[in-house]
Amino acid sequence: MPSSKSTVNRLDGLTQWALPLGIITLWEVGSLAGFIPGRVLPAPTDVIAAGWKLLLGGELVRNIWVSFWRAIVGFAIGGGIGFALGLANGLSRRADRLLDSTLQMVRNIPHLALIPLVILWFGIDEAAKLFLVALGVFFPIYVNTQHGIRSVDPQLIEMGRIYGMSPWTLFWRVILPGALPSVFVGLRYGLGIMWLTLIVAETIAASSGIGYMAMQAREFLLVDVVVLSILIYALLGKLADSVARVLERRCLAWHPAFQNRRGEA
Amino acid sequence: MSAKALRAVDAFSELRVETRAASVNALSITIRGLCKSFGRREVLRGIDLHVPAGQFVAVVGRSGCGKSTLLRLLVGLDQPTQGQYWFGDGAGKGAPAVRIMFQEPRLLPWASVLGNVEVGLGAGRRSADARERALGTLRAVGLADRRGEWPSVLSGGQKQRVALARALVSNPQVLAFDEPLGALDALTRITMQALLERIWLAQGFTAILVTHDVAEAVRLADRVLVIEDGRVAHDLRVDLPRPREASAAAGAELQGGILRDLLRDAETGDDADVS
Repeated sequence: MPSSKSTVNRLDGLTQWALPLGIITLWEVGSLAGFIPGRVLPAPTDVIAAGWKLLLGGELVRNIWVSFWRAIVGFAIGGGIGFALGLANGLSRRADRLLDSTLQMVRNIPHLALIPLVILWFGIDEAAKLFLVALGVFFPIYVNTQHGIRSVDPQLIEMGRIYGMSPWTLFWRVILPGALPSVFVGLRYGLGIMWLTLIVAETIAASSGIGYMAMQAREFLLVDVVVLSILIYALLGKLADSVARVLERRCLAWHPAFQNRRGEA
Repeated sequence: MSAKALRAVDAFSELRVETRAASVNALSITIRGLCKSFGRREVLRGIDLHVPAGQFVAVVGRSGCGKSTLLRLLVGLDQPTQGQYWFGDGAGKGAPAVRIMFQEPRLLPWASVLGNVEVGLGAGRRSADARERALGTLRAVGLADRRGEWPSVLSGGQKQRVALARALVSNPQVLAFDEPLGALDALTRITMQALLERIWLAQGFTAILVTHDVAEAVRLADRVLVIEDGRVAHDLRVDLPRPREASAAAGAELQGGILRDLLRDAETGDDADVS
């Protein structure tokens, strides 16, 4: 039983790669046949060759590491604060009345509009990128955590009280698990915003990272490196989403939505 | 499923002999002049009642007559506007073990079946024999083999049996039922009624059952209270031998009498929702 299930899963895993691989094949063939000029879009093999060269020089790994670090740290700061405030405002009416309307006001400012101000404040230091990523990630996590806590079934909370749960136990056993599906929606949405913000921030104001690498390459008309940078962003984004999905499936194994998916596969 | 439930019933009839003494554990309920209003709407207008320890009382009435409110007051979910109630002689040490079972199972979807039963142990959840006790109670309701599953895969009747196990695991002194079988199909209901009766006989707690179903009230209770206009309108004894049969003819006359009472009132009232 488990062996057949893992075979099915492996097949399922391959299906999602069929389309990207197909597109890359078409692209390579198009480049070889001369339909796609190299100045517009270099062939995949050229991109791989450029990547290999940068890899040997150590530049690629360094830039990926820098971008990855910025993403993770910015996400941890923004997500952490968003989660904490979402909990506070979801649990306490008073905190909600104090903070929520202000936060909702700030939420309506596109955080990328702050780039000029952020450059004035922080220059093009690490702090500027971390600030922007943290700000971008904050809101989806905040809003979804708060909503998740609020929408926990009040009948379950009542049940917990009748069975003498302390506020702490009630939180760990009833409120937090009940809010988790919504928190995960915020997490995955936040991860998307995280990469988006980082790309923009690194492209405009940075002296390292994948975005910086792409802008440098543009100056020297190295189209293959530009395309490589874009592909790396795509892969990192996909990686982050996959990690979130695995976590989600682990934590929400009880949820009928995930049971059905497992059953179908 | 019903076969399993019947086996569970057998398990309880074995328990019965040894644990009937546990009824010493049960508490009487005394209610004096209990009133409850929501805003300007008076739901309960002075309930006076004494329920001896270990008695099985059914409360029937039209919807909105306040029977569920009475239950919520007794388990401390709402505060009375006036009047008071107490368990035992009122001088009991610590909070009495009062549990309630709702129409909805209210299981934690993210806890296994066994985990849900353990919720019933409260702070005792961390004690060494917690798992053993929870498993024992789960066995008594015939669901021991489903212990590791998520509640979402159980049927309605099975979920209610888990909820029952959760209420029973801490050996309650008073157990309140708020239409616990209301959402179940007729066959599952009959099996569940038998299960409830056996468990009550075995554990000896004081039981208060709020129900729409007069047949169910007569099938299970020692005493049927009819509530009208926020007061106890009728207080009837049901002296039928136990364990009772679902289709006992002796109960039919009593049932008919209660139904007639309810329907007569329904004609004068605006709401004729009687099952």
